[in-house]
Amino acid sequence: MFCEKAMEMIRELHRMSDGQLPAFNEDGLRQVLQEMEALYEQNQADVNEAKSFGRSDLIPSIKLRHCCLLRNQRCITAYLYDRLLRIRALRWEYGSVLPANVRFHMSAEEVQWFGQYKKSLASFMRSLGEGEGLDITQDIKPPKSLYIQVRCLKDHGEFEIEDGTVILLKKNSQHFLPRWKCEQLIRQGVLEHVVS
Amino acid sequence: MSDALSDDGSDINQDDSQDVMTPAELIAKLEEAWLNEKFSPELLENKSEVVECVMEQLTHMESNLQRVKKGDAKASFHRMEIDRIRFVLSSYLRSRLQKIEKFFPHVLEREKSRVEGQPSLLSPEEFAFAKEYYTNTETYLKAVALKRMPLNLQTVDLLKAVPEPCLDSFVFLRVKEKQENILVEPETDDQREYIVDLEEGSQHLMRYRTVAPLVSNGAVQLI
Repeated sequence: MFCEKAMEMIRELHRMSDGQLPAFNEDGLRQVLQEMEALYEQNQADVNEAKSFGRSDLIPSIKLRHCCLLRNQRCITAYLYDRLLRIRALRWEYGSVLPANVRFHMSAEEVQWFGQYKKSLASFMRSLGEGEGLDITQDIKPPKSLYIQVRCLKDHGEFEIEDGTVILLKKNSQHFLPRWKCEQLIRQGVLEHVVS
Repeated sequence: MSDALSDDGSDINQDDSQDVMTPAELIAKLEEAWLNEKFSPELLENKSEVVECVMEQLTHMESNLQRVKKGDAKASFHRMEIDRIRFVLSSYLRSRLQKIEKFFPHVLEREKSRVEGQPSLLSPEEFAFAKEYYTNTETYLKAVALKRMPLNLQTVDLLKAVPEPCLDSFVFLRVKEKQENILVEPETDDQREYIVDLEEGSQHLMRYRTVAPLVSNGAVQLI
């Protein structure tokens, strides 16, 4: 059956729940493109024949192949676009540097797209408020309290807070820090919010 | 405009410009824009003036806080207030950016077909972002798949491929100015269209399409 591979790629993405990024299916993409090429060539041949010999009986199969071509195209673009959306979501979750295991699943072009997206977003945030800039990837949740209790999950080194105090983020140490300062570190998995 | 704002959220002063706003009014404006933007299915007109003023206000407050000596109880209240305002502001800008990304071909199309003099939906920064996003995504799709497809299938009409905002979704709203003779479209075939009056202060659940003009002129508030 035509278009099977393309559908399989869509399903593969669909199966990965909550925005996880599976490895880029280069092989599947190639197979679909091959199938499209074959369909296209057959169609070309049939169109020529239908034209020169007036064989109108070929038209239904030409139409069918054309529909399959369109469907393949649609599935592939959907596959690629959906992956882009997932990658975009990662930028908001992890910040501008992606963890290695995620990057491992991205194709070279996706990395390029991500780089460009990062740049666009950064220049957008910089240009806010007449060049003062505002990091809108922070403050994701409404603030409940000013300071929160956090536990360090790994050694992170020294960390300076607002008033110039420098604290040492050592593994398993607990601190009482301004919430908005550690939001990013929490998302990166360096700190953990201790809810008592 | 710049100096029309006092620095710590208390009541306010003077300026020579016409549109003097107290910080409280400014924040109310921001909250209004934020809620509308959060609940409307489509992108609303940009409020970059409000955004800029709030940013300025925040900077003022921050710099005032620097002067306060350590351990002052007042400082932490102000700090909290700053955090709250910054959250609302960020959340507002975020939801706009999300919509721009979600509907980028349509947003750009509207911008293109905009008549000279009509206010733009996008702020200049957002416009730049949307354009870059469009080019970036288009280039990517071309490079990875489209240019390897048969000749007649090498383009995708993004305008058709990316879904449009669903204006028929329902929204909750509160009426700020009394409206009369609002035409409500029928929902099912055996219903007929009818007319409602919206009393000030009343709350309703309606299709966004019906009230879209009222949202943009500020007569109703989405909640």
